[in-house]
Amino acid sequence: MPAHLRTIAKVSGDVDLDVPAPVTIRAVVDALEARFPALQGTIRDHVTKQRRPFIRFFACSEDLSHDSIDTEVPAAVQDGREPFLIVGAIAGG
Amino acid sequence: MSRVRVLVGTKKGAFIIESDGKREKWSISEPHFGGWELYHLNASPVDPNRLYASQSSGWHGQLIQRSNDGGKTWEPVDNKFVYDGVPGTHQWYDGTPHPWEFKRVWHLEPSLSDPDTVYAGVEDAAMFKTANGGASWEEVSGLRKHGSGAQWTPGAGGLGLHTILIDPSNEQRMYIAISAAGAFRTDDGGASWTAINQGLRSEYIPDPNAEVGHCVHRIAMHPSRPNTLFMQKHWDIMRTDNAGDSWHEVSGNLPTDFGFPIQIHAHEPETIYVVPITSDSLHYPPEGKLRVYRSRSGGNEWEALGNGLPQSDCYVNILRDAMAADKLDKCGIYFGTTGGQVYVSSDEGDHWTAIASNLPAVLSVEVQTLQ
Repeated sequence: MPAHLRTIAKVSGDVDLDVPAPVTIRAVVDALEARFPALQGTIRDHVTKQRRPFIRFFACSEDLSHDSIDTEVPAAVQDGREPFLIVGAIAGG
Repeated sequence: MSRVRVLVGTKKGAFIIESDGKREKWSISEPHFGGWELYHLNASPVDPNRLYASQSSGWHGQLIQRSNDGGKTWEPVDNKFVYDGVPGTHQWYDGTPHPWEFKRVWHLEPSLSDPDTVYAGVEDAAMFKTANGGASWEEVSGLRKHGSGAQWTPGAGGLGLHTILIDPSNEQRMYIAISAAGAFRTDDGGASWTAINQGLRSEYIPDPNAEVGHCVHRIAMHPSRPNTLFMQKHWDIMRTDNAGDSWHEVSGNLPTDFGFPIQIHAHEPETIYVVPITSDSLHYPPEGKLRVYRSRSGGNEWEALGNGLPQSDCYVNILRDAMAADKLDKCGIYFGTTGGQVYVSSDEGDHWTAIASNLPAVLSVEVQTLQ
């Protein structure tokens, strides 16, 4: 997660989540928000569940940002070998 | 002994600056919420350790933080600001309809009697309320559903509801202001609202005397005279003595009547302060001289106060929520600049001292007078 979201969640590195099948992008973010309620609204819209514009989702060297949120994440993420990356867009100068 | 606590919101975090009642030695906290925009921090008047902060960023949206120990520690509370029903459209800069979208909380106004009740002014303009210390927020939708909503147009900084004033003699009566819609009053706790813009004249809108569309920058009220309000409009300093039913101009001898904040002395309801800014296209003080102007007559007659402020090469701005007054016997006046300075006068504006010089751009300043 981006540094600012780790601060809000009060964690310092990666977060391990148990996500019930099917392990979709939506399910991963649901599980993250359930564990850290303060993150609700910081990654996706409260109501529409649309990804915020400056947030990207990556996994296994693939950009999943524009996939349907009901797409299952890669198998290597599902079995814990690879991370699901929530990244803040590069938007500085 | 009395002391003061200054709550400073900046573009890159919040800072708490404290002093004893002498206001000579100041301590500045480490940044709270570093890297985030803190549009506003405010304290409950009935529980001075209860603070609320609006924290936002373009990446991660809106958070609301709450402290129960005067800002030492904070916990995020609910950040779900969802408009009541389908919000429809307001007017965009080019006159076309534009969907109402929540962007951020500009201003937090705690109730005068209950530390768990807070009003929030948001962009796109609406008022929200929590009655449970921030655990949940609900829109006070009677305001947005005032029949004129489709005509509201954003100011340069957005369609923000930036001012909330609660009448201390009757908490059912509140005033709000929106850039660029104007001022509104409720007499029933927010269920219904009346536009109170009669007497405002704005040459930059199609009908200069329109009921709505005026770019009100700030309104101030002294608690001892809740029917008298002072307004810094985009241009013009205005005054009403009948709770907003009609306004008249009191710009008087100001060098320019463009500006953002307006503040009233804590103990003198006819003593008011503004910071004139060159123009709507030049958001810095005239002649590069930073001067606060004070009127001791409720407007019209103004005196420049620059002792201790930079009097050359100064090109900062002072934003609408970045001026405040303490309640000590000799009233202190505080303001923050977009250059990261926070200035204090502990003698009603006669002399000024920088109590912070290198903060990020200051968005808001509030001050608490503590025992």
